[in-house]
Amino acid sequence: MNKINTYRGGPDEHGHFGLHGGRYVAETLMPLILGVERAYNDCKADPAFKAEFERQLTHYVGRPSPLYFAERLTAHFGGAKIYFKRDELNHTGSHKINNCLGQIMVARRMGKTRIIAETGAGQHGVATATVCALFNLPCVVYMGAKDIERQAPNVFRMKLLGAEVRPVTSGSQSLKDALNEALRDWVANVNDTFYIIGTVAGPHPYPAMVRDFQSVIGREARAQIQAQEGRLPDQLVACVGGGSNAMGLFHPFLDDAGVAMDAVEAAGLGLDTDKHAASITGGRPGILHGNRTYLLQDDDGQILEAHSISAGLDYPGVGPEHSWLHDMKRVKYVSATDAEALDAFQLCSKLEGIIPALEPAHALAHVAKIAGTMARDKIIVMNMCGRGDKDVFTVAEKLGVKL
Amino acid sequence: MSGERRIARRFAALKSQGRGGLVTFVTAGDPDYETSEKILAGLPEAGADLIEIGMPFSDPMADGPAIQAANLRALASGITLTRTLDLVRGFRKKDAETPVILMGYYNPIYSMGAEKFSQAAREAGADGVIIVDLPPEEEAELKAPIDKAGLDFVRLTTPTSDDHRLDRILPGASGFIYYVSVAGITGTKSAAQTSISDAVARLRRKTKLPVAVGFGIRTPEQAAETSRTADAAVVGSALVGEIAAAEAAGKPRAEAAAAVLGLTRRLSTAVRAGKP
Repeated sequence: MNKINTYRGGPDEHGHFGLHGGRYVAETLMPLILGVERAYNDCKADPAFKAEFERQLTHYVGRPSPLYFAERLTAHFGGAKIYFKRDELNHTGSHKINNCLGQIMVARRMGKTRIIAETGAGQHGVATATVCALFNLPCVVYMGAKDIERQAPNVFRMKLLGAEVRPVTSGSQSLKDALNEALRDWVANVNDTFYIIGTVAGPHPYPAMVRDFQSVIGREARAQIQAQEGRLPDQLVACVGGGSNAMGLFHPFLDDAGVAMDAVEAAGLGLDTDKHAASITGGRPGILHGNRTYLLQDDDGQILEAHSISAGLDYPGVGPEHSWLHDMKRVKYVSATDAEALDAFQLCSKLEGIIPALEPAHALAHVAKIAGTMARDKIIVMNMCGRGDKDVFTVAEKLGVKL
Repeated sequence: MSGERRIARRFAALKSQGRGGLVTFVTAGDPDYETSEKILAGLPEAGADLIEIGMPFSDPMADGPAIQAANLRALASGITLTRTLDLVRGFRKKDAETPVILMGYYNPIYSMGAEKFSQAAREAGADGVIIVDLPPEEEAELKAPIDKAGLDFVRLTTPTSDDHRLDRILPGASGFIYYVSVAGITGTKSAAQTSISDAVARLRRKTKLPVAVGFGIRTPEQAAETSRTADAAVVGSALVGEIAAAEAAGKPRAEAAAAVLGLTRRLSTAVRAGKP
């Protein structure tokens, strides 16, 4: 493969990242999708938009999030220095709010008066409901009936924030079906509705737009590690379901040849079972939810149900830019099982006093595998993209504890 | 070559009869292969002028509850894209005239390979494809082999298609134009007849291709009225709804087939009478 000048130039004008990406949507949506692209390009070029976005990130979200040296975990693994990018400290408890703020500002510029979203773990749903309260727009969140059951606290939070949570009972009743249902709503309400997609997937311009809003994570981390260590890190680690937190951390570093990047997919009960969510490691390219990307699918091209202990990673696809970065071998896609994530979840709580969400617990499970093999002067930056409050019930149940 | 195509021939015949046509949609393998075979075999006699066969997909994002359920029933019965093409082949052995259009989503086709699918669809006796999630921007990799196989690539226009979009969609379309009469998913809202006639008139100013109108057409009256302004009316959700009702009532599957064909007859009678 030819060496390219930059890994940060994508997508092309049609929204393709190599083979991946694009705009695979019903014709009814095409004029709207093209309108979102125009509006987003306008916003990007507008200093007033940028200033307002940054003001909200500072005063409402609480950015910059700290870059924290996890000293006890570093000592525990006995190798590379481990830093956490603390996006779990954001308002609403995860990185999702960065993107929601950006998108609702695009929606407002387009004159849309109603917001819809999909959610898996509920973090994106909560973040969307939050910005809808802030901007005074009605909000409908589609959520798989199965996820509603396992993420009850987040469902209640969304309702408190004034959102309507619509249970999705079709298909596997989880994140992929919530996306289908949100797309069905959108196609029926093209005139007044804006769809805030929660990850770096969907039709162009969503993967690029969400990445750009999340890239604040990587830009901050870059400046912070320079300030604290005087150099760039050797290794970045982030979990990947759809992959927005990983894209946000990785993107500003993609052209730094010395920075290795590992993205951690959810291996569920194991990659050798049919109960996992590792679409890059265990899938092949296909078309779903508006883009071409790696998907879990059977021989006939039917989409398979994903499985992960983490509702946020329980998705049979992944953002198209990740698929391209995998094809280009710029990012290494690895995986961690439910059990490994559960161990990391407990270890982090005990050693650092930080209860991570089950999603970044997968990233930490991978850090646990590599930190000890690296020299003590090496630096790992891991994205702690969400806090674990929402997961305590799931974890208690797995550990056989009755609450 | 295009003069020999079944779709063009059928629309020409409808024109000479001075009436609009009835296009029926059923999902392949719904509720199972054998029943689906019986339904397809009976459709021409029951009055279907053109037949759309849905290629089942696990995630039919443009479809409403009725066709979603049809997809799931069909997949549960073990249907695949290869078996869907077997259904077409079986149909074509008995009927050399009625056009068959395969309708669905791109992933199963991409999974089989666009080239391989196009050849296989032609050999099975299909006449065209409608791929819901392939707008003109993304269709090239399938349209080229479909054109090469001599099949029609039917494009969709919608209430959201402005002149700029139509100029993108209409050149290069073949067979007919499928006008999606409501902004929404299948089988939910129905459009007002005046908005349908306005849209059809607008399309006719821009294309010589026949215009079929679908989405939200459920009753013989609606089908008849639509077929008077357009070149054909498409009925789908109401037909697969007959299968759902028979299944829910625990009836033998032969009765599901009879119910679909019965509704087809009523739709066709109204369409052929040319008035509501």
